[in-house]
Amino acid sequence: MESAIIAVKDLRKAFGKTVAVDGISFTVKRGEIFGLLGPNGAGKTTTIAMLLGLLTATDGTIMILDHSMPRHRRQILSRVNFSSPYVNMPYGLPVMTNLRIFARLYTVPRAEQKIRELAETFGVAHLLSRRTMTLSSGETARVNLLKAFLNDPEILFLDEPTAALDPEAADTVRSLLLRLQKERGMTLFYTSHNMQEVERLSDRIIFLHRGKIIAEGTPDSVMRQFNQGTLEDFFISLARSKTTPPATHPPHEETMP
Amino acid sequence: MNPTRIWAIVLRHLAVYRSNLARLNELILWPFFELLLWGFFGTYVGRLSSLGYVVAVLLGALLLWTVFSRVQQGIAISFLMELWSRNLMNIFVTPISVAEYLVALMIFGILKVLFVATFMWALAWALYHVNLLTVGPALVPLAVALILFAWAIGTFIVGIVLRFGQGAESIAWMFAFFLQPFGAVFFPLSVYPQWLQNILWWIPLPHIFEALRSVFAGNGLPPHHLAWAFGLNVIYLLGAFTFLGYMFEQAREKGFLLKLQE
Repeated sequence: MESAIIAVKDLRKAFGKTVAVDGISFTVKRGEIFGLLGPNGAGKTTTIAMLLGLLTATDGTIMILDHSMPRHRRQILSRVNFSSPYVNMPYGLPVMTNLRIFARLYTVPRAEQKIRELAETFGVAHLLSRRTMTLSSGETARVNLLKAFLNDPEILFLDEPTAALDPEAADTVRSLLLRLQKERGMTLFYTSHNMQEVERLSDRIIFLHRGKIIAEGTPDSVMRQFNQGTLEDFFISLARSKTTPPATHPPHEETMP
Repeated sequence: MNPTRIWAIVLRHLAVYRSNLARLNELILWPFFELLLWGFFGTYVGRLSSLGYVVAVLLGALLLWTVFSRVQQGIAISFLMELWSRNLMNIFVTPISVAEYLVALMIFGILKVLFVATFMWALAWALYHVNLLTVGPALVPLAVALILFAWAIGTFIVGIVLRFGQGAESIAWMFAFFLQPFGAVFFPLSVYPQWLQNILWWIPLPHIFEALRSVFAGNGLPPHHLAWAFGLNVIYLLGAFTFLGYMFEQAREKGFLLKLQE
């Protein structure tokens, strides 16, 4: 059996009496595109924050790249990266300055050359001397992604990577991500509210609702399990439901290595 | 400790000054006007009294006070800048440790104060013909003691900001000024009522400024004040580091690192 690059077991996070994540377990394989979905308040951000060591779990274990999070936080973080439209680089500084700073934080060798190569790949070479605050949303998204590729991450965590982008810019970012993921065999772990994007990108998804996993599998298999025509229909019915549907997992899915 | 990562954070904050010349106001205009105020005041008091070194004492005190306030703000305001630019999560999903980050802010504080102190020394010499370096090597242990205390206060404020977010911004700006009336900065410790003196003895600032006045009066560095200042600094620094470590644990436990981004 192929080993898991991310293995989460019985992960739970409670803030006082509020349980944000309620004993979830899942694995992600190397090279997989894995979507973490769910309505607002489902526990997606909390889960991704625990995977990145920004939040301590109340219970459960997280293994990433065969290291335990948060015990080996620094070893893990040097081999992964993160991008989100809700997190910015310092907006008063030129793009190149920001990228140089992050290249140093990841101790990237030959940083200057690396930045220029990636800038060509992401089509932002002409933006390097511009101040970050002057970029459009689409340009900012591509620069943020460039930052996330600086350390050649084995796993890239993306929090709603195309949020706030117009359809054309979103499509550009998606295509770019797919191409780079295939070229590099990188694992993508992402959250999104754009269900069409999820159907197009993901190898496998899990659906969270009120902190629990209620569906897991390929986008097609999840739609079949819940008799829905599209993931969007499933998402809307889930968001409007007052109860948590019973969890369904396809029998072939592994839960832990 | 990884020097590359530490230097990355130092460069990040230095770059702010290069990209935004208005930020230089804090390093040039503010000290300039403070120097004018206390220089003229010292000149006036000097004419009234027989103490010829009043201007030097006041400007020396101002210079050392600036060392303290700029280093403390160098740490606290730099941390706030990560919140303002919503960059905190970007920083803490890199392999940087809290200790490396803090060391970077401490180094940045020193670089900042080297610039300001040089500027003020030159200005004091040009405007009032006061060469603050005539105090000689005695200035060094006093400045070091102030930097250590500023690190402790700056670190403590970062812990407060971690907990209360941008709502604690005013504390970061004003904490030094809260301390100023109790630091015996421009006047001797004996000015305070005895009960207050007994309390202030437990803060490094009065010891440092008493020592400065002693040097200007030609009595040399009083060893007991220096010993108290450095001894107290060790305690304050240990307390501040422990507090920050605890606040980071709490931030990871309660999700403050995420909420601070909002």
